[in-house]
Amino acid sequence: MSAFEAAVGHERDLPDRRDMAEYVAGGLVSKRIIVGYGFWIFLLSDIVMFSAFFATYAVLVDATAGGPSGRDLFNLRNVAIETACLLLSSFTCGLASIGARTYRGSLFYGAMAATCILGAAFLFIEIHEFADMVAHGAGPTRSAFLSAFFTLVGCHGLHVTAGLLWLLTMMAQVFAKGYRADIRRRVLCFSLFWHTLDIIWVAIFTVVYLMGVEQ
Amino acid sequence: MSDSGQPRDAHYADTAPGDNPFDRHGTGEAVGSYLIGLGLATLLTVVSFFISGTTLVWGPSIPVALVVLAVAQMGVHLVFFLNITTGPDNINNVMALAFGVLIVFLLLAGSLWIMAHMNYNMMPMDQIMRMQR
Repeated sequence: MSAFEAAVGHERDLPDRRDMAEYVAGGLVSKRIIVGYGFWIFLLSDIVMFSAFFATYAVLVDATAGGPSGRDLFNLRNVAIETACLLLSSFTCGLASIGARTYRGSLFYGAMAATCILGAAFLFIEIHEFADMVAHGAGPTRSAFLSAFFTLVGCHGLHVTAGLLWLLTMMAQVFAKGYRADIRRRVLCFSLFWHTLDIIWVAIFTVVYLMGVEQ
Repeated sequence: MSDSGQPRDAHYADTAPGDNPFDRHGTGEAVGSYLIGLGLATLLTVVSFFISGTTLVWGPSIPVALVVLAVAQMGVHLVFFLNITTGPDNINNVMALAFGVLIVFLLLAGSLWIMAHMNYNMMPMDQIMRMQR
C-alpha cells in the first residue's frame, strides 16, 4: 500500500482522488520550500556558467605565449590558507542558519560574524595574490592562459565579494526586523549561496592550482 | 503548514535545499551533521594537497586521483552542507541537480573534445603565417 493510499484509503468514494493528492501531498507547499527550490535552480545555472569558464581555462591552460605558467606563479601555501578559510566559513555559515531557524541570536550573529571574517580573509589573500601577479608582469593581458585564469578565479572572487555584502545585509535585516519568515527565507538563500561558492572553490583549487603546479 | 521549514509530515512534504532534516531531532544533531561534513571535507582537502606534491604514487595517476577527491568533496558538501539527500522529500532538488550536472558534463567534455580535435587538425602556426604572406 502506497503512502498515498494509506492517507486517503478511508475516503475511497471521492469523485477524483488525483485531485485530492495535491492537498494530501502538501499542495499548500510552504513558501520556504518554493523560494529555496527556486534559488537552488538559480545556483545550478550559476554552476553551469562557471563550468563554461572552467572549459575555457582547460582549453587555454597551455597557451602561455612564452610567459609564466601556473607552475611559476602559484603559491600552494596561500591556496591552502584560502581553502581553510572558505571551508571553515562554510561550516560557520551552517551554524548561522541553525541559529536563524532556532531564533538564537547569539549563535546567529556570532556565526555570521565568523563567516564574514573568514570570507574577508579569503578575499584579502586572493586580492594580494592577484596584485602580486600583476606587479610581476603576469596580468590578465600577458597570455590567453592568464586571461582565462583571471576570468575564472576573479569571477569566483566577485561572487565572494557579493556574498559578503549579502551577509552584512542579512545581519542588519535580522537586527532591524527580527526573525520574520521572509527574513529567514533570505538567510536560507544566503547560506545556499555561500555553500555553493565553497563547492566551486573545491573545483578551482583542484583544477587550477593543484593540477597547475603538478604539471 | 507553518513557515518554519519543518514539514508537518515527513512523508508527504518536500524539503527546501539547505534545510537540515536533523533539525527535527534538535540543534545538537544539526550541528553534528555540519561537523561530520567539516571533518570529511578537511580530510579530503588535506589528502588532495598531500597527493599533489608527493612522489609516492605513480605520476600520471595524480590528476585522476585529484579529480576523484574533488568530486568526493563536492558530494560531501552537497550532502552535509546543502543537505541535498536521496530522501523522498528531496526528489525535486536531486532532479534539478542531476540536470545541472548533465549540462556541466556536456559543456566540459564537449569543449575539451572539440578543441583537442581542432588543435590536432590545425596546421602548425608557422605554416599559417607563411601562407598569409
